[in-house]
Amino acid sequence: MQFVRQRLAFLLVSLWAAATINFILPRLMPGNPAVLMIGRFKGQLNARALKALELQFGVTHKPLWDQYLIYLNNLIHGQLGLSLTYYPVPVSQIIAESLPWTLGLVGVATLMSVCIGLMAGIYIAWHRGGKWDGILSTMATFTAALPYFWLGLLMLFLFGYLWHWFPLAHAYSTSLTPAFTWPFIRNMLYHALLPAVTIVISSMGGWLLGMRNNMIQTLGEDYVLFGRARGLSQSRLMIHYAARNAILPSMTGFAMAIGFVVGGALLTEVVFSYPGLGYQLLAAVQNEDYPLMQGLFLIIAFSVLITNFIVEMLYGRLDPRTRGGVSK
Amino acid sequence: MSTSHVPISSPTVPTRRRLLRWRAIGRILEGDKRPIFGAAILAAFVLLAVCAPLLTPYSPSQTSFVPLSAPSARHWLGTTASGQDIMAQFLYGGRVSLGVGFAAGFIATLLAVVLGMFPAYLGGRTDTFMATFTNIMLVIPGLPLLIVITAYVHQTGPLVIALVIGLTGWAWGARILRSQTLTLSQRDFVIAARLAGENRWRILVAEILPNMLSLVVANLVFATIGAILAEASLEFLGLGNPDIVTWGTMLYWADAGEALLNGAWWWIVPPGLAIALVGLSLALINFGIDQLSNPRLRVNPSHRKTRNQKGAKL
Repeated sequence: MQFVRQRLAFLLVSLWAAATINFILPRLMPGNPAVLMIGRFKGQLNARALKALELQFGVTHKPLWDQYLIYLNNLIHGQLGLSLTYYPVPVSQIIAESLPWTLGLVGVATLMSVCIGLMAGIYIAWHRGGKWDGILSTMATFTAALPYFWLGLLMLFLFGYLWHWFPLAHAYSTSLTPAFTWPFIRNMLYHALLPAVTIVISSMGGWLLGMRNNMIQTLGEDYVLFGRARGLSQSRLMIHYAARNAILPSMTGFAMAIGFVVGGALLTEVVFSYPGLGYQLLAAVQNEDYPLMQGLFLIIAFSVLITNFIVEMLYGRLDPRTRGGVSK
Repeated sequence: MSTSHVPISSPTVPTRRRLLRWRAIGRILEGDKRPIFGAAILAAFVLLAVCAPLLTPYSPSQTSFVPLSAPSARHWLGTTASGQDIMAQFLYGGRVSLGVGFAAGFIATLLAVVLGMFPAYLGGRTDTFMATFTNIMLVIPGLPLLIVITAYVHQTGPLVIALVIGLTGWAWGARILRSQTLTLSQRDFVIAARLAGENRWRILVAEILPNMLSLVVANLVFATIGAILAEASLEFLGLGNPDIVTWGTMLYWADAGEALLNGAWWWIVPPGLAIALVGLSLALINFGIDQLSNPRLRVNPSHRKTRNQKGAKL
């Protein structure tokens, strides 16, 4: 229980930190960039929207503290302002439209890459120094260094432009309307496959290498040796004794890994014009649509923080050791 | 009296220590050739970037050639849509990309050492606060943060990019160095030094830091890989200064210039492959460093044999 409370407190503090960074950044920059942006939109917005924008980005004479409280209050009520590119559509609506695509793509791809990476890592650690260990760990090192967006570009070039196996852009064919029918789902999966494979290939290496190292560490433990001496079968020793204990420490790296994967996935979306958060984020940056950009950053950060919290809860249940001290 | 004593005894200790270290490195490299291979790749890229003017007669910004021509004897890597020589861009671009990567990696590592070691050694509230701060920085996704910062900064040159990446990329290293500092400060030799009345900062710098040097170097390598990738990502998105030739801006222009549609693979493959190979080379070097700090990871052919024999016996 104390563990849950501790992690919940950390979640709240980190959510608050992300929100505060979002508030401070535009105000921290030399010559508040929002002034320029608001100047550009002055003719197109009504007075109330303009006033709200000025407050949101600190182009006002209100004390900083008041601005901050108003900002937090708006945030708690889910008010992220209006998008300037799609004026007057609320930022929250654009987020609601693009979030499912990112969650689906990144969620499935990450799950796949974690599973494949961990299983391959277990195998090559068991056969350490063997042929596959050499091949797979070298390959994983290489794929881990691949820039996501470059791999995406190559995939798009080969399978899209050159061989016409897969579509070049978008999440589904523009001739279809989204519905819960088999043809639409098939079309959706067909569009998602290349970006998903890109994410899986680029992120798998990290899991594989991390698992391999932890597994080798665990294989050196006394209880594994003892299990061997008792004459346990190889598979029991590998899975129940070594792998189960080795998975947990490799999950502690999850926090950073997931942030990294999400960053890469955002780039992948840009390459494949996939209508998720990353694609919208870039569009917002290019159009200097700061309210939309802020909202997207917040929702990306929040999703990562909450995912992280869920994973921590899961392995807190699985591994009593992590419940003690987190900072160790 | 003491003047005759000191010069004899004190140099022998570090020399022996250093010798042991060299011997350990030699033994690791004997069993594992990957670090050597990595160092060779990295050296090749650095050499290509440094010797760029000797290797190509063209300037990277010269636009006087036939656009989108495939690799040929005159243009080894072909030309861009606006008629620039890609080989020249590749060589000169490497200078900025590598420079920014290493600079950002260095800044991040320096911050990791300072923010990881000092609070841990001081302990108390400072440590609790810094540990929480580090953990928060660790979980906030880096690339979206970088995108937002560079969007506000506007027209970010390589220097600003290096600075921003360095300033946001220290958390992982700080966390590792913190926990290692906590472990080491409980060791006998540190306690002995403290009891002997040595200065606290001297203990930290002269006793603790040298013992985690391999972790610091590993962090430098790791942070540099991340920095090169982050830099390329930002520039690919057009958030750097597109007029400065780097591997990242090359890919930005390739994407903007419809390189895919025109089948200009020679425009896309070289910069991305270079980024991946530099990343690979650093990771290969890191294999060696990891084995230095964690002996269990050492690739030891005799170990496998004994394990198999054991398995056969049972």
